[in-house]
Amino acid sequence: MNGKYGSRHFVRRLGQARAGIVGLAMVSLMVATAVLAPLLSPSDPLEQDLHARLRPPFWDEKADPKYTMGTDQVGRDMLSRLIHGARISLSVGFLTMAFSALLGISLGVLAGYYRGIPDSIISNGVNIMMSFPYILLAISVMAAAGPGYTNLIMVLGLTGWPVYTRLVRAEVIELEGRDFMTAARALGGRDIRVILRHTLPNVASSITVLATFEMARMIIRESFLSFLGLGIPPPHASWGGMLAEGRSYMLNLWWLAAIPGSAIFFTTLGINLMGDGLRDWLDPHTRTR
Amino acid sequence: MKGYVVYRLFQAIIVIWGITLITFSLLHMFRDPVSILLPPEATKEEAATLRKAMGLDRPLVVQYARFLSGTLRGDFGNSFVAQRPALGLVLERMPMTLWLAASGLLLAVILSVPLGVIAAVQRNRLLDHSASIFAVVGQAMPLFWLDIMLIIIFAVKLRLLPASGAASFKHIILPATGIAVSLLPILMRLTRSRMIEILSQEYIRTARAKGLRESAVLFRHALRNALIPVVTILGFQSGLLLGGAVITETIFAWPGVASLVVESIFNSDFPVVQAAVAVFALLIVVANLATDITVAWLDPKIRFGA
Repeated sequence: MNGKYGSRHFVRRLGQARAGIVGLAMVSLMVATAVLAPLLSPSDPLEQDLHARLRPPFWDEKADPKYTMGTDQVGRDMLSRLIHGARISLSVGFLTMAFSALLGISLGVLAGYYRGIPDSIISNGVNIMMSFPYILLAISVMAAAGPGYTNLIMVLGLTGWPVYTRLVRAEVIELEGRDFMTAARALGGRDIRVILRHTLPNVASSITVLATFEMARMIIRESFLSFLGLGIPPPHASWGGMLAEGRSYMLNLWWLAAIPGSAIFFTTLGINLMGDGLRDWLDPHTRTR
Repeated sequence: MKGYVVYRLFQAIIVIWGITLITFSLLHMFRDPVSILLPPEATKEEAATLRKAMGLDRPLVVQYARFLSGTLRGDFGNSFVAQRPALGLVLERMPMTLWLAASGLLLAVILSVPLGVIAAVQRNRLLDHSASIFAVVGQAMPLFWLDIMLIIIFAVKLRLLPASGAASFKHIILPATGIAVSLLPILMRLTRSRMIEILSQEYIRTARAKGLRESAVLFRHALRNALIPVVTILGFQSGLLLGGAVITETIFAWPGVASLVVESIFNSDFPVVQAAVAVFALLIVVANLATDITVAWLDPKIRFGA
C-alpha cells in the first residue's frame, strides 16, 4: 500500500461512502413512506375535524395524543398529510425527471452523433431555454395552463431537458474521436445499434449522477409552484401547498410552516447525498482525489 | 478573436429571437386576452370590436411580426391593470431587484471565497469536512423554505430584523442572506477545488522556495489565479441568481421586478409578464455573452485560434 491508499485515504473513502449510504437510507425511507402511505397514515389526509383545529405537535405540552404532528387550520391530521405528501413529491419528482431526461438524452444524442443541421437547431434551442429565468417560465406557463398534476409534469418536464442535452451532446462528441467508436462503425454497425450499444452505455454514469441531482431540483420546483398555488391544487396534501397554508400562521404557530418544509428538505438532502455518493462511486477521477 | 466575438454575437441574436418567439406564444397558447380584459357579461359584438382593435383577428404570423417589431422598439403594450406601458413598470422596479441581487451576490462572495481557501489549505481536516457538509446541506435546502425559516427565527422569535418590505437598510439583510446561502455552496466548492489544484503547481513551490510568507503565497499568487473560474461561474450563474431573486422577493414582499411579475401573473396581466421575462432573459444573454468573451480573451488558445 502506497501513501495514496494509506489509512487516512481509506477513512475518507469510507466517510464518503457513508454519506452516500445515509442518503440512500433517507431516500429509501421516503420511498417506502410514499408507497405504503395508505397503510402508514393514521387517518384520512383530507378529513377535516373543525373541533380539533390547529392542535400543536407532540413536543408541545398542549398536544393531543391523537395527533402526533398536530392539525392544520381546518383540523386535518398533519402526519397523514405529510405521509401522503411524500407520494406527490416523489412521484412528480421522478416522473418529471424521467420525462425531461428522456427528451434531453434523445436530443443530445441526435445533436452529438449527427452534428450538422440537427445539432445547430438543438444547440440553439438549448441556449434559448437556458437563457430563460427558469422559474419565471414555469410560473407563467403554469398560470396560463392552470394548476394540476398532469400540467405540472408536462411543464416541468418540457422545461427541464436542456441540462441533459448539453451534457450528452458534449460527451457524445468527445466519444466520437475514440477508436472503439470507429471500430464499431467499421464493423458495419448501423447508427441505432452503435448509439444503443456503444454511445449510451459510455455516457450512462454521468447521466445517472445528473438525473439524481435533477430529481431533487424538480421536487423543490414542484413544491415552490404548489406553494404559489400553481402546482398541485388544494385540498391535496402537497408539501409546498401545506407550507403556503402554514405561512399565514407563522407568527405564533411556526411549526405549521416548518414541518412540511423539513419534509422537503429531508428528501432533497437524501437525494443529494445519494447523488454525491453515486458520483464518487461511478467516477474513478473523484475517487482517488 | 474577432471571428469568435462575431460568432457569439450572432448566437446571442438567435437566442433573443427565440425568446421573443416563446414569450409571444406564452400569451397565445393558453389564454384569450379579450376574455381577460372584458367583463364576463360583455356581448359578442363588444368582444369582436375589441379583438379587432387589438389586432387579434389578423393571422398569427402578422400578430407575431407586430409583436416582434414592438419588442425591438421596447414596446410591449400597456399593462392591463395599470394602463401604462408595461416596460416602464418593469424598469421602475429593476433597481430594487438589482440591489437585492447584488447584495446577495456580494455577501456570497465575501463568505465563500475565504471558506473555500480555508477548506483547501486545511484539506481533509475537520474544517474542510465541516465546510463540505455545509455545502451539501446548503445545496439541498429549498430557498423558499430557508427564507421562511429566516423570518421565523430572526423576525418572529428573536425580533431582530423586519420580515417584509424594503423601508430601511435593515430590510435587506434577511433576503440577501437567503440569496447568499443559495449561491454559497457552488462558489465555495469551486474556490476549494481550484485552490487545491493551483497549490500543487510549480510556481507555488517556487514562491515558497524563495522564502515568501505563506499568506503572500496564498493570496498574491494562488488566490488570484483561482478566482478566474469563480468569476466565470458567477457570470454563468446570473440565471440562478435571478431565479433566487424571484423566490426571495415573493417571500419577503420585496418591491422588485420578480414580485411584480408574480402579481401580474395572478392578474393575467400578460404585457407586464412578457416585458419582464424579456428583460430578464436579455440580462442573462448579455451576462453570458460578456462572460464568454472575457473567458475567450483570457484564454490564449481561443484568442489567437479560430
